[in-house]
Amino acid sequence: MAETVSNADVPMFGVRGYPAALERVARRAEAFVIPVAALIVGMAIFSLFILAVGKSPLQLYEVMWRGGFGSWFSIQNSLSRAAPLLLAALCVALPARLGLVVIGGEGAIVLGGVAAAAAAMAFNGAPSFIVILVMGVAGMAAGGIWIGAVGALRHYRAVNETISSLLMAYIAIALMNQLVEGPLRDPASLNKPSTQPLAEAYRIGNIPGMEVHWGIVVGIVACVLSWVLIEKTRWGFAARIAGGNVKAAQVQGLAVGPLIVGFTALAGGFAGVAGMLEVAAVQGSANASLAAGYGYTGILVAFLARHNPLAIIPVAFLLGGIEASGGLIQRRMDLPDATVLVLQGMLFIVILFSETFYGRFKAFNPDLWKRSDHLKRIA
Amino acid sequence: MDPTDIGLWGVPLAILGGAIRVSTPFIFVSLGEAITERSGRINLGLEGTLVFGAMTAYAIAVISGSPWLGLFAAAAAGSFFGLFHGWICKFPKVNDIAIGIALMLFGSGLAFFFGKPFIQPKAPSLPAIPFGGWSDIPQVQAALDVNVLFLIGAVLSAVLWWAFRNTRAGLIVRVVGDSSDAARAMGLNPDTVCLLATGVGGAFAGIGGAYLSLYYPGSWTERISSGQGLMAVALVIFARWNPLGCFAAALLFGGAGALGPALQSVGVTQGYYLFYAAPYILTLVIMIATSSPGRSLAGAPGELSITK
Repeated sequence: MAETVSNADVPMFGVRGYPAALERVARRAEAFVIPVAALIVGMAIFSLFILAVGKSPLQLYEVMWRGGFGSWFSIQNSLSRAAPLLLAALCVALPARLGLVVIGGEGAIVLGGVAAAAAAMAFNGAPSFIVILVMGVAGMAAGGIWIGAVGALRHYRAVNETISSLLMAYIAIALMNQLVEGPLRDPASLNKPSTQPLAEAYRIGNIPGMEVHWGIVVGIVACVLSWVLIEKTRWGFAARIAGGNVKAAQVQGLAVGPLIVGFTALAGGFAGVAGMLEVAAVQGSANASLAAGYGYTGILVAFLARHNPLAIIPVAFLLGGIEASGGLIQRRMDLPDATVLVLQGMLFIVILFSETFYGRFKAFNPDLWKRSDHLKRIA
Repeated sequence: MDPTDIGLWGVPLAILGGAIRVSTPFIFVSLGEAITERSGRINLGLEGTLVFGAMTAYAIAVISGSPWLGLFAAAAAGSFFGLFHGWICKFPKVNDIAIGIALMLFGSGLAFFFGKPFIQPKAPSLPAIPFGGWSDIPQVQAALDVNVLFLIGAVLSAVLWWAFRNTRAGLIVRVVGDSSDAARAMGLNPDTVCLLATGVGGAFAGIGGAYLSLYYPGSWTERISSGQGLMAVALVIFARWNPLGCFAAALLFGGAGALGPALQSVGVTQGYYLFYAAPYILTLVIMIATSSPGRSLAGAPGELSITK
């Protein structure tokens, strides 16, 4: 019987341990309970902040619920916002599994969008599925090259990836402005320089029966594939080893360089697809609206999900909902639109702080229990 | 010929003037970051601190009518952010880089939240000293209008350079940054030293922000910072954690930032946005040129995670 085996493991300390099955649940529960508790604590601190500026936190959360999740309309709105967040978060999460902190996904999104718009112009007249495919490939390639370069610089030149990716995001935005105001500009776009609007046939439409474009499906598929890549393939296994200890991975004979470049390029590719979707499904052309900050919210999503691609899906929906409710909060509560940013920042800090609690609670880590009993015995 | 028309001479002059104007926030943020990094931690949150400092300075200056009070408030607010970073990073498994990113978001969010009512009103500016008074040419006068903060920054970088070598406090910060074990063996508490170093670094970044909103560009908007706080981090690495190097690098960056507007003033409008990206490209090129795999950077504090 499993229970007797588990107890037989540790009889020398006379443990009040869990039965084996429960022990496994307890160990797994840590990765769920701590982030959820951190979210609740973060929201509690934010409540104090809202109280301090003289508003009712209960009303705020009620408005947030209504604006983000309370009705079919608001859920669809949140899903639409979650789509680019899923892909932007993967741009952070995949390199993070290799131990890299890449925060310049915004650049890959912007360039992915511009590349997709340029590809659509080049292939104008071709059948729509070919054009959409080419746009996707172009967006993915542009984003992949951009963030892949960050990975290559990190590995082959030891350039810090956090700073270089952010610098490259600023460069990407400048490049977009130059292209959109110069060679790619549609002369008809006066106030807001844009590329030529996509023909209706080349637009990505909504999922039948919903007001949500297909990007959410692309994002979820990308998350599931990334999870399979990391957890179920040997490349993912190699990446996790390299993320734990680069030297150990090199001693094992793993080709760390190609691994880093490959993962960062894939991550940037996903962000590039997010930009392509913004062009093909939302904006209809590439313009300054591409730099809407999805890349930065994606960082928060990835950290909240602890870089687990499957966990990114619910977290992106949650943050998409919070962002979607920003307008309603502004109108109903007379609070600045930056309220949502403050909440995001607080959640981010609390989540990072919660890292310190992993492995500290006896309920989740029966070994601690055993150890303390042992210490009592020898004392 | 019109004596005020100085033709192409306007370009280097505008770059010089721009370098002095644009570099001041870089000087303060990079000096602050140099102190923090010398103690072994890295604070990427200085970008958020800069934005919050800009808002605080502007708001206090509008309310009180005194730009100096605004500057002081910005330094206080900045040191609060720095102390928070220093405090939270002492807990095990809390990553200083990630906390910095979070504080970047939080600082900007908080600044936009409280700064909304201050976008309209006009705040008094920090004073500048007209060193170009001897000349009749307006371009020369404009270029040599030097803000007092620039001069304070220049003196401060020399003082810090001296202090890191010759004072007890400077040596303590360096010991903690190079080896926290050695510091503990000397009876120092590395957490306290890091806390104070990050707090001072935050105050400097707040002052840098105050310069942005109270002198150049001289107004409070949500787009006040264009990443100066982050470029300063890269700049410190380029300057090899040397305060005098920070000053020189800040001037270089300021000059790069002034390139676009300077060329535009003589009618070169082609590639305006690419010139706008010049400081970022320069930073990146410098980082690529000065980093190398297989060896740590000369002068890097031993405990600094970013160069390991």
